[in-house]
Parts: sequence; C-alpha cells; structure tokens
Amino acid sequence: MATVLQFLSTYGNELLLKTWEHLLISIIASLLGILVAVPLGIALTRFPKGAGTVMGTLGIIQTFPSFAILAFFIPIVGVGKIPAIIALFFYSVLPILRNTYIGVTGVKRSLLEAGRGMGMTGWERIRYVEVPLAIPVIMAGIRLSTVYLIGWATLAAYIGAGGLGDYIFSGLNLFQAKFIIAGAVPVTILALLTDLLLGRIETWVTPKGMRKMKEAA
Amino acid sequence: MLKFEHVSKVYKGGKRAVSDLSLEFEKGEFICFIGPSGCGKTTTMKMINRLIEPSEGSIYINGVDVLKKDPVQLRREIGYVIQQIGLFPHMTIYENISLVLKLLKWPEEKRRARAKELLTLVDMTADYLGKYPHELSGGQQQRVGVLRALAADQPLILMDEPFGALDPITRDSLQEEFKKLQKKLNKTIVFVTHDMDEALKLGDRIVIMRDGQLVQCDTPDDILRNPADEFVEEFIGKDRLVQARPNIQTVEQIMNPHPVTITGDRSLSEAIQLMKQHRVDSLLVVDEQNLLKGYIDVEIIDQKRKKASLVKDVLESEFTVEKDTLVRDTIRKILKKGMKYVPVVDHDQHLVGIVTRASLVDIVYDSIWGEEQQGEMTWLQSYNF
Ligand SMILES: Nc1ncnc2c1ncn2[C@@H]1O[C@H](COP(=O)(O)OP(=O)(O)OP(=O)(O)O)[C@@H](O)[C@H]1O
Ligand SMILES: [Mg+2]
Repeated sequence: MATVLQFLSTYGNELLLKTWEHLLISIIASLLGILVAVPLGIALTRFPKGAGTVMGTLGIIQTFPSFAILAFFIPIVGVGKIPAIIALFFYSVLPILRNTYIGVTGVKRSLLEAGRGMGMTGWERIRYVEVPLAIPVIMAGIRLSTVYLIGWATLAAYIGAGGLGDYIFSGLNLFQAKFIIAGAVPVTILALLTDLLLGRIETWVTPKGMRKMKEAA
Repeated sequence: MLKFEHVSKVYKGGKRAVSDLSLEFEKGEFICFIGPSGCGKTTTMKMINRLIEPSEGSIYINGVDVLKKDPVQLRREIGYVIQQIGLFPHMTIYENISLVLKLLKWPEEKRRARAKELLTLVDMTADYLGKYPHELSGGQQQRVGVLRALAADQPLILMDEPFGALDPITRDSLQEEFKKLQKKLNKTIVFVTHDMDEALKLGDRIVIMRDGQLVQCDTPDDILRNPADEFVEEFIGKDRLVQARPNIQTVEQIMNPHPVTITGDRSLSEAIQLMKQHRVDSLLVVDEQNLLKGYIDVEIIDQKRKKASLVKDVLESEFTVEKDTLVRDTIRKILKKGMKYVPVVDHDQHLVGIVTRASLVDIVYDSIWGEEQQGEMTWLQSYNF
C-alpha cells in the first residue's frame, strides 16, 4: 500500500495525464469509426450483393496483427497520435459496421413495407424506421468496439502516441513490475467504466417501446 | 374513381401473377378481392399504390394514371393497411397514428387533435395515445392499424387481409365496426381477403380471381344468385349457397300464386261464403284486370256489415311487395309489421300471388331439413327471429 501511495505521489499527475491521453485517443478513434461505419453499414444494406465483399475484406484486415498495422502506418503518416488514431479507427470500423448492417437488415420487412406504403421516402424510412429499430444492435457494436479500442490503444504508445501504454512499455524495458501495473490497472478500470457507461447509453437510446417490450418478453 | 385497364403483372422469372385485369369502381364502394392463395390479390392491390409496378396496362385514380404520379406523393394520398398490421413497435400509438401527418408536415397540435379524434371512431380513449403497440390487444392493434390508414383522410384505402390474424369473435365485431365506419366516412376501400364470409359481409362488390385472372365481379347477392362458373360455386361453397338461398330468392319464387280473391262488386255475405269455403280469414280485393284494390277480413266485415253491403265499400288498403323483391327483405317486413301475409304484385300493381307466414316457415324448414342437415340453423339466427 505504501508503495502505491509513494508511486502516486511521484507519478500521480503524470498518470492522470496519460490516462486522459489514452481515453482521448480511444474515444476519437471510436467516434471516427461510428461516423464512418454507421452510414456505411446503412449504405451496404441497400446493396446486399456488395455487402458480403466489403465485410469480408474488412474482416481479413481485422485479423492482421495490431503491431503490423501500426508499423504499416509509420512510413505513411509518421509517428505520434494521428497515426495511432488512424490505426485504431480501422479496428473500430468492423464491429460497428457489422452490427449496423445486421441491425438494419434485421428490421422486419413488414415494417419497411408499412413505411413505404404510407409514403415515406428512403431517408424517412432510415430516420423513422430502420435506425431507431436497429439502434440497440448498433449500440452493442459501438460498445464492443470502444472497449476493445481502450485495450488496443495501449499498443499505440509503441508509435509514440502516449497514453497508458507508455508505462507498460517502460515497465517491460526496465523490468519494473510497478510500471506495468501502473499501466495495466488503469487501462482495465477505464475499459470497465467505459463498458458500464456505454451500457447505460445503450439502454437510454433504445426506444422506450422496445425497452418495455423486452421487459415484457 | 378507381379503374384498371388491361393490367398485367409478370414477375422476374416469368411468373404471370395478374393477367389482363380490367375493372372499374365507384367512389364509396367497398370492394373485396378474393381468391385462392397465390391468385394475385396482393399483387393487384400493391399495383394501385405502386409498391409493385404493373408490366402492362394502366391504373387510374380519378382519371389520373398512377404511373404518372410521384410514388411517394401517390402513397401519401392512399391509406394502406398491410397484412401483418405493421405498427411500429418503437413508436407510441399517437406517433403511429400520426406518422403520415408528420410526413405531410402537419403541426404537432393538429396531429394530436386528429389522433384523438380518430381514436374515438373506434371507441378507444385518449389514454391509449401514450401506450406502445405491445401494450395493446391484437384487436386494438388492428384498430390502430386501420386508423393509421385513415389519418390523412385519404379517400382511398387499401387493406390486405387486415383481420386475418384475429380470433373469430374479435374479427366479427371489428368487421361490423369497420363496415359502419366505412359507410360513415364514405371511403373507397379495396379489401383483400381469403374468407368468403368476410367478403359477403363487407363487400359492396366482390372480385373473384383465379390464377391472376378475373373470374367474376359482382355484388354479393348476384354472386350467390348467379355464380359465374363451377369454380365460383365451389369457392362459395355448397353450404353457403343453400344458406344463402332465402337471401337471394325473390318473392316470386316462393309465393303462393293462387291467393283467394274477390271483386269489389260482390256482397259481404258472398265474401263470407268464400272465406268459409277456403278456410281463410281474409280476402284480397281485385278488379276485373286483377289490379289489387285492398283487402277485407272477418273483423272488418263484422264491424261494418250493418252500414254497407258491398265489398268495395269496406275494403282497406294494403301493404304489398313487388314480385322481384328479395325474400330476405320481405321476411323482415312481415316480421317487423307483424303481418300475417303480404300480397305480391307486379310493377303495375297486378296481383300475382301471396306470401304468408306459413310459406316463410316452409323455406325455413327447407333450408334446415330439406337439403343436408348441417350448418343451416345459422341463417335463422341471422334474422333475429
Ligand atoms: N416478388 C415476386 N417475384 C416472383 N413471383 C412473385 C412475387 N410476388 C408474388 N409472386 C407470385 O405471384 C403470384 C401471386 O402472388 P400474390 O402475392 O399476389 O398472391 P395472393 O393472391 O396475394 O396470395 P395470398 O392469398 O397467399 O396472399 C404467386 O404465385 C406468387 O408466388
Ligand atoms: Mg396476399
């Protein structure tokens, strides 16, 4: 306990800064992922033939080792926060994209027809029918991908993006367990808290009628 | 109001779902499309609001070719109730009902007022506005589905088996309710069903289809009276034809063509003789051309015989039916007015026969025991004897 306190008194400020950095990288990457993947996922539902190819390709990219992707970006965009965010962004896309696609294609055909039959335009159908009904599934994808990103963001330190990964890498280099712990514990806490928060948001954005429906079921 | 001109639909892959359909409907008509599964009812209906585009031919609404209109605009002018109700589970009843109005950019207060007004049409209170579809019973959901189609006061409503999923009792009451509603609002309704009872009950005209082709388009009575071919007959079902007979028979077919008559220049004692002879208590009074003048009965003679001596001085005028009136309506009249019999006349008031309570009992008897013995009690009930 004393060592923890001592560590915090020496590195406390730095630890907060690194945690903030870590969170920032993850959140920005995740937001970018949402911005791209949700519309893309919806667009893909309009071209079911192309959808398989796109998702297959993304699936393959996802299996590349994270280090390889990070390393791949160094010659293109250099080192630092930006390349790290870009790399993480790539990782966030697939889960969100897949869930958006599944969520939207899972909307009952009868409801779509009801919308079309009452004279909704394509946009109106997306806005009033498809997205609200797919939101729970899309949110689950966002939650999953953000929690993963917080873990992966640790690696970003490797290309000089900062964050809690700095501690872990120093610890590994210096054979200093306390640094490894100082990195790993906050990452875990961060991931758990984010999961909890996004879980709340998930319930919150789920339309009320469907929330109650689940309770009733 | 609604017109099909040589409309055909060939699906990709060559399936000919509708072929060469030509039909015309008036404003305010309730039209039922009926036929075996896969005969093209849904296809026909969806071509009206262009959820499906016809391959050949044209459909006109109030003289305008639907293919010339913007589909979104067209659909907003036509109410549509899909087969599976299709209420949006994430929206409240209010939001569901007023969605079309929202698309039409009505302001919020007007939408809310309209939604309330609509709920009262089906005897639901404003409490339901804030509820979600899953909190309603099947019948209530179906009502809301119908209201949604009525929201923008569209003159034409399309309904694809809207009551298909309901239990028979709910279904029955909803049909009744809906028919009343339609009369009141004077909508033109295209209603797809595979239930003949439903079609007979609701339709002003019934369109019977088979394999994408029109087999018969007529009023329920005409279809029961003159089924176009064996297919229609079979489709209606023998039971129903037997049951329906009193509904569609004319008075002429069941009347007694030899009523006991007397002319006006005879004396009252002659009249009494005649009554005794035929064991009846009243006589129909006619002139030489057999024109119906009225009637006399024992009671009248009893009261008036001191003052008069000729039949024409005491006869009373008479309520009659024309020979091509439906038996159904005659039964109602007889029962309502508490009459023992009704004279039957032709268009020029010539007496041609008489329908007595006894002859009505005969038809009832016939339709219960005359043919096969099952099922026919039902029509008795339908008259509320
Ligand atoms: N999209 C489609 N592509 C190809 N064939 C179709 C399509 N939709 C319907 N069909 C075929 O067209 C025919 C008519 O279908 P439709 O849905 O109009 O029948 P229906 O009379 O409504 O039947 P049901 O009472 O079962 O609803 C059927 O044989 C059906 O298989
Ligand atoms: Mg159908």
